[in-house]
Amino acid sequence: MTLWLILAVNSVTLGGLLFLLSAGFSLIFGLMRIPNLTHGSMFMLGAYLGVTCIALGLGFWPAALLAGLGVALFGAVIERFVLRRLVGAELAQVLVTLGLSFMVADVCLMQWGGDPIAVETPPVLRGATAVFGLAFPTYRLAIILIAAVIAAALWLLIDRTRLGAMIRAAVDDPAMARVVGIRVSHLFTVVFALGAGLAGFAGVIGGPILSVYPGLDQDMLPLALVVVILGGTGRLLGSLVGSFVVGFLYNFGQALFPELAYVVLFLPMLVVLVLRPQGLFGRVTL
Amino acid sequence: MRRVALAIALALLATVPYWLGNSYYINVATQMLIYAVLALGLNVLVGYAGLVTLGHAGLFGVAAYAGATLLNAGHGQIVAAIGALLATLAATAMFAVLALRGTGLGFVMITVALGQIVWGIAYRWISLTNGDNGISIGTRPSPFGLSLVSADALYWATLVVFLIAVAAMAIFVASPFGAAVRGTRDQPRRMTALGYNVWLTRFLAFLFSGFWSGVAGLLYLYYNQFVSPQTVALSASAEALLMVIAGGTATLLGPIAGAVLVIVMKDIASAYIERWNFVLGAIFVVIVIFMPEGLVPGSVRLWRWAIGHLRTQPTPVADERA
Repeated sequence: MTLWLILAVNSVTLGGLLFLLSAGFSLIFGLMRIPNLTHGSMFMLGAYLGVTCIALGLGFWPAALLAGLGVALFGAVIERFVLRRLVGAELAQVLVTLGLSFMVADVCLMQWGGDPIAVETPPVLRGATAVFGLAFPTYRLAIILIAAVIAAALWLLIDRTRLGAMIRAAVDDPAMARVVGIRVSHLFTVVFALGAGLAGFAGVIGGPILSVYPGLDQDMLPLALVVVILGGTGRLLGSLVGSFVVGFLYNFGQALFPELAYVVLFLPMLVVLVLRPQGLFGRVTL
Repeated sequence: MRRVALAIALALLATVPYWLGNSYYINVATQMLIYAVLALGLNVLVGYAGLVTLGHAGLFGVAAYAGATLLNAGHGQIVAAIGALLATLAATAMFAVLALRGTGLGFVMITVALGQIVWGIAYRWISLTNGDNGISIGTRPSPFGLSLVSADALYWATLVVFLIAVAAMAIFVASPFGAAVRGTRDQPRRMTALGYNVWLTRFLAFLFSGFWSGVAGLLYLYYNQFVSPQTVALSASAEALLMVIAGGTATLLGPIAGAVLVIVMKDIASAYIERWNFVLGAIFVVIVIFMPEGLVPGSVRLWRWAIGHLRTQPTPVADERA
């Protein structure tokens, strides 16, 4: 019983982290029509930047915010100066993001070394909290809360603001959006930076659970890919549901079929791809 | 002229062990040939069929793992080789059925996912694949009683397979099937209207491509006598794709040049540069941005441009792009 409960809490926590990672991935995919293969690198880069900020004496939360901002800036630079040169050549854009991900991974290895770095849990959130008479690790509950808050904020941004309306318009029909005067290319930069920043922020707050190590990017990117394929592109609800599905599949897969964990993870994705290529909630066909 | 060049190239290739001497360099040359076979196979999909895949290391790995598993189960070399190729073809057919549901980016993403499944099995299904420790095999095969233990012998055996692969590609490109594959890349709708089964054409191209990837995987197993999850990682697929794109897609020489370039960078340059992955990524970015058609056609273009400027009356070069 406790085992199942712990697994369930871990799954929800991972789902929350994955949502922060894949919400941006999904928006970028929906808007720019490219799977951004640097997204895992953004997660890892954020985590490493956070580690450095903490080592410089910053608190955990300021470090997470600063790392998120740094990665967002990096994302904006990549979009503006690299991807922008290749407008229209989507395949070239994907290949460039792949090349950049190798470069980022190697720079991180050079800068922070090959050993895994543990991130300290913020002192206030150590220990366990009793909910309904059961003890839960406080930090994991905090991550779930943060993910919920950010999900709500993103939903407000996309659904209730002018910027969100422009993004939705550009996702649905970029040509028409341009005709009515929306600067779609500016949106590309904004959304790419937002997605990168969220991924970087997720990297830091995921640190106490996952720690930071070379190859973290390669571990996270396929998860984001699965989330987006399951949930569909350019849809927040899809990312949210997809993240929790993947969180559960991953944790339960690891626990029940340790040898086939990846098969358990990727098989549902293939089933969805075959039966419903636009994803469970998406409108844009891959 | 062309025949003379071909004869000289063949003579040079056949005598490599004599003028290289050092067995380290002969092994590097063997690696180039192995990866050239992989790149040639991948080029069928990426270049001629226009289907970019990032899961090909998975197929390469299936052959290597199947071969190693069969050999360690006590089967003979012939059974192991045939079994490995059949396993690769079966895996390729599965990849193709799933991936061909999408084109363009959908296709890329499905192949990434499939490649990751193969990686996950190689890494986690320890009872089958020995996980991170990989599988070693005891011996190299001795076809027709010739031992392949020495670096020279393995080089020549690989060269024979490589030449067969090149010949197969030349026949493929010139054949009606090759034309049909290129047709499905450029004008899939028109091909359908002409009565071609676009899906089947792509499926067969995928099988052909997968077969040569399997051959390369088997050669890799004989060369290394070891296979590990690193062989099927996403970065291995990216490396193979880089070979094809760097050299020039849909050309016969391009993938070979690309394989040579990548192996030179990796094996020789990495003795001086520690950061191979950075260089790999940087080459990728630079080539995609500045020479998207690849090194071989790109150099031809630059050469023509230079010649045209050196002459007093520049002759206009016909634009052959569709």
